[in-house]
Amino acid sequence: MAEEIKHSDIYDIALHHRFQWEEAQSSYVILFPEGMVKLHGGAGEVIKLVDGKASVGDIVAILKEKFPQAENIEADIIGMFEMAVGKAWLRQV
Amino acid sequence: MTQNSLGESAVQQTIQAQAKNNGVAANITQTQPLWLLAEVTYRCPLHCAFCYNPTDYDKHTQNELSTEQWIQALRDARKMGAIQLGISGGEPLLRDDIEEIVVEAKNLGYYSNLITSGVGLTEKRIQAFKDGGLDHIQLSMHDITEEINNFITNTKTFELKKKVAAMIKNHGYPMVLNVVIHRYNIGHMKEILEMAEALGADYIELANTQYYGWSLVNRSQLMPLKEQVEEAERITNEFREKSGSKMKIFFVVPDYFGDRPKKCMNGWGEVFMIVTANGDVLPCHSARVLPNMTFPNVREDGLEYAWKESPAFNKYRGDDWMKEPCRSCSEKENDLGGCRCQAFLLSGDAESADPVCSLSPNHHLIEKAIEDSKNPVLSEKPIIFRTDKNSKKYVAGDKERIEDFHALP
Ligand code: SF4
Ligand code: SF4
Repeated sequence: MAEEIKHSDIYDIALHHRFQWEEAQSSYVILFPEGMVKLHGGAGEVIKLVDGKASVGDIVAILKEKFPQAENIEADIIGMFEMAVGKAWLRQV
Repeated sequence: MTQNSLGESAVQQTIQAQAKNNGVAANITQTQPLWLLAEVTYRCPLHCAFCYNPTDYDKHTQNELSTEQWIQALRDARKMGAIQLGISGGEPLLRDDIEEIVVEAKNLGYYSNLITSGVGLTEKRIQAFKDGGLDHIQLSMHDITEEINNFITNTKTFELKKKVAAMIKNHGYPMVLNVVIHRYNIGHMKEILEMAEALGADYIELANTQYYGWSLVNRSQLMPLKEQVEEAERITNEFREKSGSKMKIFFVVPDYFGDRPKKCMNGWGEVFMIVTANGDVLPCHSARVLPNMTFPNVREDGLEYAWKESPAFNKYRGDDWMKEPCRSCSEKENDLGGCRCQAFLLSGDAESADPVCSLSPNHHLIEKAIEDSKNPVLSEKPIIFRTDKNSKKYVAGDKERIEDFHALP
């Protein structure tokens, strides 16, 4: 069930979820009451920018600038948002 | 405390979640103690017949770890990669240092969860937990038949639960209810769900009793009939569809009525580490029932040794220890042969397949247990409640009741 993600949407980490760098996993993780999800590479970079202020469009722009050589980065970012929203790791503000 | 509190079901959810996350691979590193369960005390104001605490818990109520020792354990486990912390018991609120433990957990970066019956939760304490950074509270419902009565008649204990539930919500925590299901309340599924809704629960976990500790002693009396479980599941599904309520319902199916065991603790010494009130370090809640095993203790051994080196933690890691039919079973990855404690408690052989498995040569023991639960002579025997007095008897060797289950060496 893919959520419709618009460039103007603004998201924040869902309530009772925590996003943090986890040294023991060498990756970013999302923590919630029943578990943990480890976010590899790019996924962590996307969620790191989610702060309840930046819009999806802002985040796409920032990452495009940061990784100019990455192809098709926009589709990946939107895909990541779709998944994170679908799994209720993020909430729209 | 109730057995599914930090539950296997929880871990399984995470793992399922990962399997679907193709693309953004999310996974659990193997043999890393991601979950630390701190059973901080075995003292408890309640006397649940389904309690999975050891029947001899009474001998561990005098030698609890100190605050400093708990804090050290939290630090050491965190260094080893622990990230989810469950604070459980007994009733953890009987200790007056939970506030300090919570603060330390927050500073160390744990995601912390307090598992409580709510008895002893005050406005002052919950405020301190919130300020200290406790992430989550899980409320267990206990003398459930009484609570249902009270709910229907709107009297005392229900009022108390309502107060606690409101406190939890007012402090911005989700209301997570855990209800252990057994013969004496399974007929009240609808009332339980309505009560949960009246309490404003966001999640409710309906955990069918698993038989360890006190609940094993009382198995014939507690075990519902298969038809009752099916009916309960039906009512639950109906409620889900009809109510349109936002309450999420988890129904944990009892393994006795399945034909494959659960992957107990997600594998022995894979992700769970339990530190008990007296400092024993265990791979699963009931591991101390296993014969000829010495478990490490934080006082002498430290957690690093316990997890990595101790013979106890290594004993059932992987599948080298397996016997037939598990050894050559094509499904062994799914369940790792099931629960060692259940295998031992029921068959007397800790290395045998969990008798829940229909391929186990001991599967008839499960069938017999199901038969016994239908036998009025056994199922109407008085329940042995989890009280200090009864526990002292077990410590003193009055083991008659458990011997029925080949329980003790
Ligand atoms: S007696 Fe009841 S409340 Fe106390 S630890 Fe056992 S299950 Fe939990
Ligand atoms: S035989 Fe053993 S490994 Fe195979 S399904 Fe049964 S318990 Fe699991």
